[in-house]
Amino acid sequence: MNPQKRFVWAFLFFLPVLFVGVFFYWPLLKIFSHTLDGERINEFWSYLSSKPFRQIAWFTIWQAFLSTVCTMMLALPAAYLVARFSFPGKKLFQALTTIPFVLPTVVAAGAFMALFQRFGLDQGMFRLHHTVWALLLAHIFFNLAIVVRTVGSFWAGLDPRVEEQAKILGAAPWHIFRKITLPRLVPALAAAASVVFVFCLTSFGIVLLLGGPTRATIETEIWRQAVWRGDISVASVLAVIQLGAVMVMVLIMNFLQKRQAVVESKVELNPERASRKLLVGNILLLGILVGLPIVILVERAIGVGDGYSFQNFSAMADRISLVPLSSLAALKNSLLFAVVAAVLAALLGGVASFFVVHGNRWLSNFLDFGMMLPLGVSAVVLGFGMLISLDTPPLDLRSSWILVPIAHALLGIPFVMRTVIPTLRRIDPSLRESASLLGASPSKVTKYIDFPIAFRALGVGAAFAFAISIGEFGATSFLPRSPDRLTAPLVLFRLLGAPGEALRGQAMALAVTLMVITAATVILIEGSVFKRETIRSDF
Amino acid sequence: MLRVENVKVPFDGTYVLNECDFEVGEGEIVVLLGSSGCGKSTLLRTVAGLENPESGKIWWGTQEMTEVPPHKRGFGLMFQNHALFPHRNVGENIDFGLQILRMTGIERQERVDELLSMVDLDGFQNRKIGSLSGGEAQRVALARSLAPKPRLLMLDEPMASLDRALRDRLLADISELLRELKQAAIYVTHDHDEAFFIADRIAVMHNGKIEQIGTPSEVWSNPSSEESARSMGHENFIELDDSGRCEIGQLGSSSGIVLIREDGLSIVPEETGIKGEVISAVFRSGITLVKIRVGKIELSTSIQGSMKVSEIVNLKISDSAVVALS
Repeated sequence: MNPQKRFVWAFLFFLPVLFVGVFFYWPLLKIFSHTLDGERINEFWSYLSSKPFRQIAWFTIWQAFLSTVCTMMLALPAAYLVARFSFPGKKLFQALTTIPFVLPTVVAAGAFMALFQRFGLDQGMFRLHHTVWALLLAHIFFNLAIVVRTVGSFWAGLDPRVEEQAKILGAAPWHIFRKITLPRLVPALAAAASVVFVFCLTSFGIVLLLGGPTRATIETEIWRQAVWRGDISVASVLAVIQLGAVMVMVLIMNFLQKRQAVVESKVELNPERASRKLLVGNILLLGILVGLPIVILVERAIGVGDGYSFQNFSAMADRISLVPLSSLAALKNSLLFAVVAAVLAALLGGVASFFVVHGNRWLSNFLDFGMMLPLGVSAVVLGFGMLISLDTPPLDLRSSWILVPIAHALLGIPFVMRTVIPTLRRIDPSLRESASLLGASPSKVTKYIDFPIAFRALGVGAAFAFAISIGEFGATSFLPRSPDRLTAPLVLFRLLGAPGEALRGQAMALAVTLMVITAATVILIEGSVFKRETIRSDF
Repeated sequence: MLRVENVKVPFDGTYVLNECDFEVGEGEIVVLLGSSGCGKSTLLRTVAGLENPESGKIWWGTQEMTEVPPHKRGFGLMFQNHALFPHRNVGENIDFGLQILRMTGIERQERVDELLSMVDLDGFQNRKIGSLSGGEAQRVALARSLAPKPRLLMLDEPMASLDRALRDRLLADISELLRELKQAAIYVTHDHDEAFFIADRIAVMHNGKIEQIGTPSEVWSNPSSEESARSMGHENFIELDDSGRCEIGQLGSSSGIVLIREDGLSIVPEETGIKGEVISAVFRSGITLVKIRVGKIELSTSIQGSMKVSEIVNLKISDSAVVALS
C-alpha cells in the first residue's frame, strides 16, 4: 500500500473514531471515573443499599416488565391479522400502526395528557394522569408497532399448513394456538419482548411527564439529580447502573436474535380474507389505544373554548412569560439542529460505512461496534456524560449550540450505517471489476460506482437522523445552557408542565406541528425505500 | 500479442492454475474450453489483472503486464452476469469507459451511437438497465466492453444465462462482430459447440492446466487425453488389455485407453463388420443418436434414417478414427 493510500484509509478510520471518541467514549469514561474512583467507590456501594435507590430500581424494573407483558398481549391479535390474512387497506393499516413508534416521546406524552383532560381523567376518582396506568398506556402506544411488525413478519414466514394439519386432526383452535403456534413463535416473541423491555427501561420523557413527580425511574432520577440537585456523584452512580442494565439486555437480545435465525421453509400461499370479527376487533383495539390519543391531540390543538380555530397555531410565534422563547423560535432551532445533525451523521456514518465494507477487516469490526454503541446506551446517559465532560478547555462546548446536534448525530450515525452498509455490501463485486477493466482507477471506481449506488441509502439514513433529532428529548434535556437555544421538544415539555388553558392549547399546537414534521419525514423515507431500485445485478 | 508464461495461482493449498502457457495472436479468437472448476475463469481473471499469479508472467507484445493494475492493461472483460451498472442507463453504461478516457462530449456521443448500432440496439440509449431482456443486456455488456477499443477482449461464459435459441443467434452475431473488428479475444465456455463455432484456436483446460491447444478440427480429431476428449463431447472410450486388444478387436499395441471417434463408426449392410445390439435410439433433427453394445462395450454414434432398439447391426471401425489417449 502506498503512503498516499494509507493516509486516505487512516483518515477514513480516524475521522469517525475521533468523533465518537471525544463526544461519546470520553464522556462515558468521565461517568465511570466519577463513580469508581478512589473513595467514591464506597459511596457507590452505600447508595446501592439505600432505600430510595431500591425503590427507584424496583419501580423501573416493575413498570418495564408490566409494560412489556401488556404490549405483547395486545399486539398478538394484530400480528396474527397482519401475518395470516389479507384485507382491504392492509398497507394503510400497517403504516398507521407504525406512526406512534416514530413520534417524539414528548409529543406522545402530550397526546395522552390531551386525552386525559378531554375525558376528565386528569383529576377525580378516575384520575389517570400522574399514575402508573398512564405510563403503561403510553408505553403500549409506543411499542405496539414494533411487536406487530417483527412478530407479524416472523409469523407470516411460518408454514400455515402445520396448523391446518392440526385442525384436520381435530384440535380445537385455542389448543392449536397454544400447542402448535405459540411454541414456534417463541424466538420472535422473546426478541420483540426484550426490545420493548429495553425501551421501557430507558423511557424518559413519558415517565417524566405522565408518571408525575413522585414516580422516578433510574432514568428520570439521573436527570433530577444532575439538573435539579446538581449532585453529579449520585447521577453518575445511577448512570453506571443504567449502563450495566442496558448492556445485559443488549447481550440477551443478541443471543435471542441469533436463535431467531432458524426459520422454517417459506411458503407462498394466498392469505385468507380476514373475518369481520377479527378485523373489527383489531381496528377497535388499535383505534382506541393508538388512534384516539392522536385524534384527541389534534382536536385539542384546534379547540379554542367551545369552538375550533387555528388560533393556537398562530399564537406559536408569541413568547410566553413562563418559557424563554416562542414555540416558533424553538421549532426554528430544532430544524437547524436537525439539519446539522443529519449532515454530520450522513458524513461520519457514510465514511465509517465505507471503511467497514472496504477497509481493514479487524479494524472494521472494531469501528462497526464502536459506532453502534451510542444507540445502545440510553439517551439520558449520553446527555449526562456530555454535560459533565465537555466543560474544560480545549473542549469547553457547554455553552455552544453545536453540542445538541453533535449528541443527535451520535444517535443518528447508527441508522445511517445500518442503511448504507448493507447497500454497499450488496454491490456486486463484478460491477467494480467491470469498471476497473473499463479503465477506472480504484478512486474512480469509488466515485462512479460505490458513491452513486450508496447515495440513496445515505439519503434515507440522513432522513432517519433528521427525524431522530427533531424529536430527541432525553439527551437534549441536559444540554442547552443558553435559553434561546432550547429545542421544540424542550419547550413543549415546559409548556405541558405549566398550568393554564392558553399554554395547554399552544402546547398541543406545537405537539401537532412536531408530529407532522416527523410523520412527513418518515413517509418520505418509506416512499424512497419502496421505490429503491434493486441494486443487485440482474443475474 | 498476448503471451501467458508458466502462470501459477494458488488457492487453499492447491493450485487453481498450474503452469499455464498460451498465446493469443493479433485478431485471433482463442477459446478456453473446460468443465466448471477447471480454472478457466481464474485464468481469465489473471490475464485481466483481477487475480495475482504466484509465479509466471503475462506479456503484451514486448511489454510485461504481470504487475500492471487492471485499469491500466487496456483489456476488456465481459462478465457472465453482464455486470451492467444499475444506476446508469444503457447509453451511460456504454459511455463509462469513454468518460474515463476523457474523450470530448461529441466524440463520446458518436462512439455510443456507433456501438449501439453495432449491436443492433439503436434507440436504446435512454433505456433503464432493469427494463432489458437477457439478450439485450448481453449486447449492452458487449458494446460497453468494446467501447474503449480494448487491445484484448475477454468473454466469460457470455451465453450461460441465455436460452438455447437466443444463444445460437447471439453467438453468430458476436462471432461476426469480433471478426469484422479484427478483435483479439479470449472466450471462455464449457460448451464445445460454442467453442467450435467461434474459435480460431481452442485451448482445452483441465485441473488448472492447459491440456492441449490447436484449431477446432485439430483438437477434435486428435484429443491428447481422455479429459480433453470428454470436454469436446467424445464418448467412446475403450480400455485395452496388455496386448492392445478388446472385445471389438486389436485396436493398439499395448494397454491403455483409446477413443473411437464417432466419425469413424459406420453401420454396414454386409456380414463383414462387428455385430452389435442397438440399446437406445433417440431421434434428433434429421439424425438418430444410437448406442450400440458390443459385448460389454457401449459405442455411441449418429446415423441417417431410423433404427429400432434391440436390432442387431454390423459395425465398421475405420483405423484413422482410433485415437490413443495418454
